[in-house]
Amino acid sequence: MTDSLEKEKLFDEKGLRLDGRRVDELRPLKLEIGTLSRADGSAYIEHGRNKILAAVYGPRELHPRHRAIADRALLRVTYRMGTFSVGERKRPAPSRREHEISMVIRQALEPMLFLEMYPRAAIDVFIQVVEADGGSRCASTTVASIALANAGIPMRSIVTGVAVGKADGQLVVDLSDLEDKIGDADVPVAMAYGRNEYTLLQMDGKLSKEELAKALEMVEGAIETIYEKQQQVLREGFIQIREEISESEEPSSDEGDVPDTEIDETDMESADGD
Amino acid sequence: MDIISEIERERMNELLQAGKRIDGRGFDDLRPIKIVPNIVSKAEGSAEAWLGETRVITGMKVSIGQPFPDTPNEGVVVTSAELSPIGSPSFELGPPGEQAIELARVVDRGIRHSNFIQRTKLCIAEGTHVYLLFLDIYILADHGNLIDASHLSAVATLMTSQLPKVEVDEEGNATILEEFMPLEMEAPPIALTFAKINDSIVVDPISTEELVMSTRLSITIDGDDTICSMQKSGSGTLTRQEILDCVERACQIVKKARSVLPKR
Repeated sequence: MTDSLEKEKLFDEKGLRLDGRRVDELRPLKLEIGTLSRADGSAYIEHGRNKILAAVYGPRELHPRHRAIADRALLRVTYRMGTFSVGERKRPAPSRREHEISMVIRQALEPMLFLEMYPRAAIDVFIQVVEADGGSRCASTTVASIALANAGIPMRSIVTGVAVGKADGQLVVDLSDLEDKIGDADVPVAMAYGRNEYTLLQMDGKLSKEELAKALEMVEGAIETIYEKQQQVLREGFIQIREEISESEEPSSDEGDVPDTEIDETDMESADGD
Repeated sequence: MDIISEIERERMNELLQAGKRIDGRGFDDLRPIKIVPNIVSKAEGSAEAWLGETRVITGMKVSIGQPFPDTPNEGVVVTSAELSPIGSPSFELGPPGEQAIELARVVDRGIRHSNFIQRTKLCIAEGTHVYLLFLDIYILADHGNLIDASHLSAVATLMTSQLPKVEVDEEGNATILEEFMPLEMEAPPIALTFAKINDSIVVDPISTEELVMSTRLSITIDGDDTICSMQKSGSGTLTRQEILDCVERACQIVKKARSVLPKR
C-alpha cells in the first residue's frame, strides 16, 4: 500500500488477475487431516502458496497449573512462521505480529468450542507456517479448525477463513501476496459459515462503507466453497476409518491363500489412519 | 483478573434490554473527551487524552535513520504501548503482553492506513535518511476502551508535533538543526470501539461493560469518511448486519468526536 507501487497494474487486459483468476475466484486449495503422527489431531493446508501445518493436543492437563480456569478449559493458540517461509529470513523469535495473529485466531476458534465441558484443562493448537503467501492467518484458521475436528473436540461449527479486499480499484476475494502488499485494502475474515457468524474480522487499507458491504457479501461465497471442502475432507477421514475397521474385522477365510505380505500392508494402513 | 458481581451483571443486562446503560449514556454516546497537548517539553510531540476517566499519555521522540530497503522514500512510524501497573491493578510488570501488543498494533494500523500522515513526507534523502517517529503510549488509568483513548492521544500527539529540520551534506552526513517545522498532514482518523453485550451493541465501553462483553469491534474512520481499519476481538461473534450497522453508526458518531480534537 505504498505510493511508489500504487500504479502497478493488478489486472490484465481481459480483466483477470495476474494469476489468471476472476475477482471472486479462490486460489488452488488442498486440505488434509491426520498429517502429523504425534498430535491428537492435525491438519495441513495448501492455499495458493501457503503451506501450513496445525497440531492439536488435548483436552489435557494444563501446565502451568496456575493458569487453569475453574469452570472451563483454556484454549491456547500459537501461530509461528518458519524462518524460511518468507522472502527475507524471519527472525526466529516470535514477533509482535505473530503474537497478535495467535490471539485473533484463538478468538476466531473459541466461540465454536464447548470449553465449559473441560474445566481446568488445556486445549493447545500449534500452527506452523512452512511457506507464507497472502492470507496466512485465514488459511491458519481454516486448517486449525479441521485439526480440532480431527482431534475429536466437539464444536458448534467448524470455522473457515479467507480474505477479501480491494486491489487496483476492484474488490477481490482471496488476495494473493502481491495484491495484499500493494492493494488498497485487506479484510481478513473467518466465519462459522452455517451459523452466519463472523469470528474473525480485521481490516486495513481504505474502503467506503458501500464497498465493505459488497466485500462481505463476496467473501461469504468464498467461505462457502472452502467450508464445503473442509466438510468433505473430514467426511472422507471418517469413511477411511470405517473402511479400515471393516477391513481388519473381515474374515480372510474366503480367500484362504492371501499371502502374508498383503496382510502386513493392511495392518500398516490402519495404523497410519490413527 | 477483574471480576464483576452477578447482581451488577444482571442489572446491566436489564438496563440494556430497556435501551439504557449503566452509566446513563445512550448506546451511541461517547464519554467526554479532553485533550491536553504538549505535556512534555522534551518530546517532539505529546498529548494527554481523557475519555471519561480513562487517561492516556503519548509522547513522540524523533530520530534520523535509514529507511527500510523496500520503502526507500518513506519515513518510519513505530508505535508501542505500555500497560504498567500505575494504570490498573490488573496490569503487571514485564514485557508487553498480548493486550499491549494488540493495542499498539491497532492504533498503528488506524494511523498507517489513513491519509493522515503521508510517510513519503517523512523522507529527508531517498534511500539514506528518513525521520523515524517513535510513538509511545502510556496508560495512566484504565476505565475502559483503551483503544479509542490511545488512538486519540496518538493522533493529538502527531497533530501538535514539531519535527527538527535536518541538513544532509554532500558526503551524506546529517545534521539536526535547532529549527523545527510542523508535520504535514490531512484530517485525522478517529477510532471508535463497539462492545457487544448479549444482543446490544454500545460504543465506547467502560470497564464494567468490557467485563461482560462477548465481542469488541474497533473501526477507524478516516478524515474522508472511509473506513481505514477494523479489528474484531473477544470470544464472541458478529453477523454481517451487525458489522455494517456498527460502521454506519461509527460514521455518525465520528462527527462529534472530530470536533474536540486540537485545531491546527
